[in-house]
Amino acid sequence: MDTGSMCSVERRGRVHLITITGAGEHRLGLPLISALRSAVAAVRASPGAGALVLAAEGKYFSNGFDQAWARTVPRHLQASMSEGFRGLVADLLALPMPTVAAVTGHAAAAGCALALAHDTVVMRGSRGFLYMSEVDAGIKIVDYFAEVLRQKVPDAATRRDMLLAGGKMTAAEAVRRGVVDAAADGGVEDVVAAAVAAAEGLAARKWDGEVVAEIRKAMWPAVWGKVKDYGAEAAAARPRL
Amino acid sequence: MCTLEQRGRVFVLTLTGDGEHRLGHPLIASIRSALASVAATAAQANGAGPGAALVTVAEGRFFSNGLDIGWAGTSRARLGELVAALRPVAADLLALPMPTVAAVTGHASAGGFLLALCHDYRVMRADRGVLYMSEVDIGLPLPPYFMALLRAKITAAHALRDVVLRGRKLRAPEAKEMGIVDVVCPGAPETAAEALRLAEELAARKWDGAVYASIRISMFPDACRSVGIVEESDEEKARNFASKL
Repeated sequence: MDTGSMCSVERRGRVHLITITGAGEHRLGLPLISALRSAVAAVRASPGAGALVLAAEGKYFSNGFDQAWARTVPRHLQASMSEGFRGLVADLLALPMPTVAAVTGHAAAAGCALALAHDTVVMRGSRGFLYMSEVDAGIKIVDYFAEVLRQKVPDAATRRDMLLAGGKMTAAEAVRRGVVDAAADGGVEDVVAAAVAAAEGLAARKWDGEVVAEIRKAMWPAVWGKVKDYGAEAAAARPRL
Repeated sequence: MCTLEQRGRVFVLTLTGDGEHRLGHPLIASIRSALASVAATAAQANGAGPGAALVTVAEGRFFSNGLDIGWAGTSRARLGELVAALRPVAADLLALPMPTVAAVTGHASAGGFLLALCHDYRVMRADRGVLYMSEVDIGLPLPPYFMALLRAKITAAHALRDVVLRGRKLRAPEAKEMGIVDVVCPGAPETAAEALRLAEELAARKWDGAVYASIRISMFPDACRSVGIVEESDEEKARNFASKL
């Protein structure tokens, strides 16, 4: 399945793999966010889907919000970009299966938050870094981003180094400091294979997906509270006129 | 009591004299005045672009031995006054629009330890001096904002327990292992020099001061709320994002 050429979805055993395609920075403008949300919805609806992996082609996992795109569109569409990203995070948190981020390249700002919003994070060992670039770019951090970091990076000094010092964290450091679960050697395909293997292991546990989603939402109450109204579940529940 | 000087991009706040630098009304007022001056100077310069940073350092054997409980004596009311008076100092530091470095050049206990914790980074001497939350030993509960800050900054569960519930006295190397101190230096002069060097390095990043403070506050909103800082809404932050496009 190819959702508008921005990302592809394929099945590997019980694992559904979404890959952000192309050699670019995979900037999260409304088009890519929408494509990813469609892909996540498709995975959710797939019978027998056991786990999700999100990966990317090229040098970047994602370099954050698409400011260039945002500059070209009216104000209300700019807001849709950030609302859409909240929705993507909500959809991931509500997904009834384990989720694995394969950080195949650089993950900055919203790209970093996107990776960290997964249950498990596997990162490319040989290149690429996690980078909360906001302080360098002069951009303030909204509360649910801060909550994602607080949830995934409980150590105060590490969180400070990421958020307040604009540190660029390699996989080795990220593993050492407990920010990601594992580093994988090799190229993009090797990282994807490692993430898929991890996801297959989780899918093999045959957990009730709905229970996984409920436990995860309860585990991230602060983030869930701030994003749930933007997710697909909430949209489906709203009365239609 | 305290002096303020500017060395290049770095503001240096020095707790002067050989004493314990007890946080009584005079020293607290002096520190607040200095921090207000730093914030004002930075606000003026921010338009011109240069980054800035603050170093807080002390002369003598003590960084600060805490609130002036000698002045408070047996008076609960007086002690309450001092606790209340220190709270805005914490707020000033947590809202300061620039990176902050504490050069822990001597003992830092109770309110003095808290003062050091209110900074973004801590550089501490290894040869002498301890970090010590003495309240459990003295028989005083911790004020709510003290606890909020300790919980925000000391996140390893066993570390927080050792500090507040066991009154553990930490030398610099163990404090570093517990994630409470960032850099350990041999003695006081090296500590001051390293704090200055670190501050220079941070100032050279030329971060927007208001954004820096905003990100700091977003990292521990509960602790900031406990000292009276009101965090901006997401709408206000979004306006900042829109203005950067």
